[in-house]
Amino acid sequence: MPLKLKELSKKEDLFTHGHRMCSGCGTPIIIKQVLMASDYPVIASNATGCLEVSSCISLYTAWKIPWIHSAFENAAATIAGVETMYSALKKQGKIDREIKFVAFGGDGGTYDIGLQSLSGAMERGHDMLYICYDNGAYMNTGIQRSSATPFGADTTTSPAGSVVPGKMQQRKNLTKIMAAHDIPYVAQASPAHWQDLIRKVKKAFEIKGPKFMNVISPCNRGWRSRTDDAIELSRLAVDTCYWPLYEVENGITKVTYTPRNKKPIVDFLKPQGRFKHLFSPENEWILKKLQEDIDKEWDELLRASSIEK
Amino acid sequence: MARVVAVTGNEASAEALRQINPDVCAAYPITPQTDLMQRFSGFVSDGKVDTEVILVESEHSAMSACIGASAAGGRVVTATSSQGLALMWEMLFIAAGMRLPVVMPLVNRALSAPLNIHGDHSDSMGARDSGWIQLYSENAQEAYDNTIQAFRIAEHMDIRLPVMVCFDGFIISHSIERVEYLEDTEVKNFVGEYKQLYPLLDIDNPKSYGPLILPDLYMEYKRAQHEVMTKVKDVVLDVASEFKKLSKREYGLFEAYRLDDADIALVILSSAAGTAKDVIDEFRGRGIKAGLLKPRLFRPFPYEEVADTLKKVRAISVMDRADSFGGYGPLFMEISSALLHIKERPLLINKIYGLGGRDFLPGHAEMVLNELMEIVETGKFKTIKEYIGVRE
Ligand SMILES: Cc1ncc(C[n+]2csc(CCOP(=O)(O)OP(=O)(O)O)c2C)c(N)n1
Ligand code: SF4
Repeated sequence: MPLKLKELSKKEDLFTHGHRMCSGCGTPIIIKQVLMASDYPVIASNATGCLEVSSCISLYTAWKIPWIHSAFENAAATIAGVETMYSALKKQGKIDREIKFVAFGGDGGTYDIGLQSLSGAMERGHDMLYICYDNGAYMNTGIQRSSATPFGADTTTSPAGSVVPGKMQQRKNLTKIMAAHDIPYVAQASPAHWQDLIRKVKKAFEIKGPKFMNVISPCNRGWRSRTDDAIELSRLAVDTCYWPLYEVENGITKVTYTPRNKKPIVDFLKPQGRFKHLFSPENEWILKKLQEDIDKEWDELLRASSIEK
Repeated sequence: MARVVAVTGNEASAEALRQINPDVCAAYPITPQTDLMQRFSGFVSDGKVDTEVILVESEHSAMSACIGASAAGGRVVTATSSQGLALMWEMLFIAAGMRLPVVMPLVNRALSAPLNIHGDHSDSMGARDSGWIQLYSENAQEAYDNTIQAFRIAEHMDIRLPVMVCFDGFIISHSIERVEYLEDTEVKNFVGEYKQLYPLLDIDNPKSYGPLILPDLYMEYKRAQHEVMTKVKDVVLDVASEFKKLSKREYGLFEAYRLDDADIALVILSSAAGTAKDVIDEFRGRGIKAGLLKPRLFRPFPYEEVADTLKKVRAISVMDRADSFGGYGPLFMEISSALLHIKERPLLINKIYGLGGRDFLPGHAEMVLNELMEIVETGKFKTIKEYIGVRE
């Protein structure tokens, strides 16, 4: 059944306006899409980061669902506790409603400091969905590099200088790492492809057990881009195959969107100030390397996707 | 009817947890606690409890899961020691700040480096400012009794705070002692039904836990936390008096042993108090007025009551099984603070003993009591802080 915006717009907004994320931030769009996708009541945990500090301050909260933030590295362990209490009380006949559990974390809280608690929760098989909104840096503390930051990017702790041209390490491929956990569902999504994202979230909520989704989340502050570019940039990320849309369901990899004309990576990099320095002649090699890495990953993905069909 | 058994402290503590039958338990192994959670997992596997166990990948996640589970709305327990508690440190503050009544047996053990698996109090003392209530136990019986009472204290509607039940690694956790168990139904009725105030699982009334609080309100939250702590003493005493009806065993904020007319006294926590009491008896037998104060409730610390009990003593040695490098022992700092407002206060000295499981022998207590006698006679002391039982 195709998803219709008209139908979806009739649903109550569970992440309301009045939150204090920057205007033009990609994250609130993602949160709204995720909450809209659920046909069940949802309880969320949130790692420390931009989303958390801006959405629930003092007596004000943008969340119309039960929500818990405990610390930076443990959104997965925290929601695992909530989900386990749900199982305990359900077993005892003290609760009978169907409730879904979701954790939200930024790339820093997920790829780096929270990887252990995420991996542990997935291995234990909690019935939960973990969603990483990946803006490619520690934005809340002021744009420091994370292991999700792309090669060559200028951040406050990997500044592009006269000797070192930005971050000199490759991005960690977290989606692959999560797929290697052999959990029932892993996917990558983008807010620009909202139908794809919502379909994936819906699917995830129907699957019992641990699920992981990685969603690209443009940040105009950290990406040094225009405030009205979030959706355009997340579309370019997909069309350049920097952020391929795919899912791994019970070990079967499937590309869920193939760009009609795969665009060069520079189309994604150009509008972003964090890559400005890459367009000087001495840094051409970085652009070349980025393109090669992307092509290699995309080819591998297509191969995996076709073999497993 | 009570059952009399010969068990270790870990066994007694696990038995208390079986009788309480908590909803969720998160666990990660660490010596000397490991055996406690193994025993409890055994109860789970044999269907003797309904508890859902989360076998996490670290203590940080154990406490995080306890926080989630407790906020969700149910009775929650975990246990740890030493490095495990240190790894939980960040989350201890969060459990307390959210007012979540998690209960945690803490089998006291030394902290690294150097690595040492034996008992001292450096782990719990390091967590004393985390907002947790701390109860200390002298033996397996007290570990069992305190664990049962901890749930009532933690879950009391005026309190809603996490409680740590401390008992000495190996000395209590692994030694077999005589313990009287209560009946399952007695324990069940004593702890009662659990009621959560604002459960996350109440989907129709969504609540937010863990907001960002800026300088305009943060202090008010912290003061509120302190104010709750001031109510804990009364609850601890109420719970103890109810527990006495059930068990005939008496608990207070601390134990005052032969202190009424004492000239000299030791202040000493946990298992070493047992050893020291024998020596006190011996001194009394010789006509020397010696006594002992054994704190039970260490956080919140009952300053007035302690001061009132100790004020007439002439010389006191505070015995610390933990250190604050470059400072006095943590218990000494509390006792000094308690006595600060008394004009004619006892002379105070501080002995650091038993670190990393070093034995505390009757001879040590005797030596310290002799020193106190000399202090009373001369009105002078050599040094305030000193290590005893240490190889020179
Ligand atoms: C243990 C710990 N270390 C460091 C921090 C400081 N800190 C808070 S948020 C944050 C960065 C968050 O980055 P990310 O997870 O990528 O989310 P974003 O802010 O980009 O949304 C850091 C480093 C912390 N809160 N806790
Ligand atoms: S700094 Fe970036 S990620 Fe954070 S709220 Fe602003 S735009 Fe969003």
